[in-house]
Amino acid sequence: MSKAVTALGGAVNADGIAAIAEVPLQGMITLRGDLAASAVKAAAQSAAGVAVPGPGQANCTGDSGLCWMSPDELLVLCPYGDVSDHVQRMQDSLGDVHALAVDVSDARASFTVTGPHARDVMAKLAPVDFHPDAFQSGMFRRTRMAQVPVAFWMRDSDSFQIICFRSQARYVFDLLSVAAQNGSAVSIF
Amino acid sequence: MLILTCPCCGVTGEETEFHAGGEAHLTRFGPGSTDDDFESYLFMRENPKGVHFERWRHVYGCGKWFHAARCTTTLEVFGTYPAQTLAPPQELCDAISAKRPGWSWRALS
Ligand SMILES: [Zn+2]
Repeated sequence: MSKAVTALGGAVNADGIAAIAEVPLQGMITLRGDLAASAVKAAAQSAAGVAVPGPGQANCTGDSGLCWMSPDELLVLCPYGDVSDHVQRMQDSLGDVHALAVDVSDARASFTVTGPHARDVMAKLAPVDFHPDAFQSGMFRRTRMAQVPVAFWMRDSDSFQIICFRSQARYVFDLLSVAAQNGSAVSIF
Repeated sequence: MLILTCPCCGVTGEETEFHAGGEAHLTRFGPGSTDDDFESYLFMRENPKGVHFERWRHVYGCGKWFHAARCTTTLEVFGTYPAQTLAPPQELCDAISAKRPGWSWRALS
């Protein structure tokens, strides 16, 4: 059994206007299917322990939760060590229902951006309205940061969590670090 | 810059979050079709100054395809609608008529 590691070994940059930190190993399961089907909803809820969020929403507590990815896709977050059990149980409970549950934990990297200027840092990189009236806790968005696709949600009023492809982890971490350089606060929000 | 609203996930974003997929509502002609039909399917496209209908994909978002009606001169987006249809909805055509009286595109007007 190989020892699982995150893409950047827990990289941290706390020197700037917002703290950037790689999230420790995070279990992620892609669940695709008809989100209105009770079997699909039940599979998602049983693994994450929370209700299925509506479009554009994430329902996360700690390292568990559900994120609304598209009209036929949820991202299930759970502790890294529980992934294979959850996938097996989801597949068993889904049975013949037309759906897909796959472990994608090691295909992704995740970062947090925290601090009073977190919105500034995010707004420099993604073409999204980050005004506090427009983007709030619990909202989830798939978009791009500079040149790569990402998804993120607000964990609370000054903290974002970002998910990107593992192969682009260094690019995203460096982007965030540059956008968070000292003296670069825009303070527009 | 175009501001598009994805009818699949509801996100309104600027065009860099999307990818253009060419002209809308093409009829596919494949093996067994006449040379003229096949040629027009492959090569012949509208090139309007004004109202145009296109396919777009929400490539940095939900990943779904959809249709958009827009103006090629002002970049105004008249509306978006699902991919699973052969023609734009009548309400959208009416809305375009209100803004661009006398518009036409292929057989539509
Ligand atoms: Zn979309």
